[in-house]
Amino acid sequence: MLLLRMHYGVILLAEVATMAIEKSSFTITPLLSKMRCWLTGLFELKVKCIKNKNAPKNATDPDELFIHSKVTTDHLKWVPMGNQARKYGPQDIRPVHNDILIAKLRPGQELDLKMHTVKGIGKDHAKFSPVATASYRLLPEITITKPCEEELADKLAECFSEGVIRVEKNNGVKRAVVANSRRDTCSREIFRHDDLKNRVKLSRIRDHFIFSVESTGALSSDVLVCESIKVLLGKCRHFLSELDSHCVDT
Amino acid sequence: MPTGSQEDETCATFVLHEEDHTLGNSLRYIIMKNPDVIFCGYSIPHPSENKINLRIQTNGTPAVDVLRRGLSELTAMCEHMLATFETAVEEHKEAQQNGDIDMSSAED
Repeated sequence: MLLLRMHYGVILLAEVATMAIEKSSFTITPLLSKMRCWLTGLFELKVKCIKNKNAPKNATDPDELFIHSKVTTDHLKWVPMGNQARKYGPQDIRPVHNDILIAKLRPGQELDLKMHTVKGIGKDHAKFSPVATASYRLLPEITITKPCEEELADKLAECFSEGVIRVEKNNGVKRAVVANSRRDTCSREIFRHDDLKNRVKLSRIRDHFIFSVESTGALSSDVLVCESIKVLLGKCRHFLSELDSHCVDT
Repeated sequence: MPTGSQEDETCATFVLHEEDHTLGNSLRYIIMKNPDVIFCGYSIPHPSENKINLRIQTNGTPAVDVLRRGLSELTAMCEHMLATFETAVEEHKEAQQNGDIDMSSAED
């Protein structure tokens, strides 16, 4: 199980598919039928910046002076192709956020774009990567080998992140116990103190993995983990069927 | 996926195209758990070529069978993880709705 899991991080970064803009063109050209096969989404962006005639005389803020001075993802309009209009609604195909700034315009300037989005994987280009970061670590294990009491207990608790060590009072004696080793950041501060370093053992639980997955927003992080497992599953199934067909041949 | 098969079917090198350490290392790990296997290793012959060489040597079972077993064990492992994860997520979401989850104990 160990090695296996570390690869999910890589799969997440490199092989779970999302949509991203692949080509944008300024001129509207009829699409070649050859291109249609890999096109999966089309967006239009038509924005013209004009002066705001109703703006107050003493206004200096560009947002008040001009209309459409900021082009954001909200201006993107999805153009359904083929039977897409029946299959998807505008909520299915859209930018992750509606307030991402694309450009700033001034009167006289305008944008007229057609954008083709395709589904791809992060291995091909980082823009397709569905995660911002994906990493894993092993669960830290802290064992107090010799009891730490009174001032030592407080000093021990100071060495770790908050909540890792709890100081309990039993029969008037303060004593340190491990409360939650998961909150430890593995700073190894303990080894700087000669009076403490031989009282504690720091280790990791070899088969307990903590994954941290931060999505870019297209898919939620729990879906991403499932998808990455499915990618590995797909690889296995592909080679199994490949093996079977190969044996029939020979 | 051609196999470098010779007369001895207990030894073989498999070339897996379009694959890298992701499958190579996990597969090697699983196959090494098989007690019939004497040697299993993989290499990427050239970093700009998208393929891996997987070498398997066994005690007598055909190498193809070992590879097949390794792949199906990896599949089973993935299926188990997927099922476990999905139920865990579901349980977590339910508990969250009921409001009895204390996230202070786990930051990540």
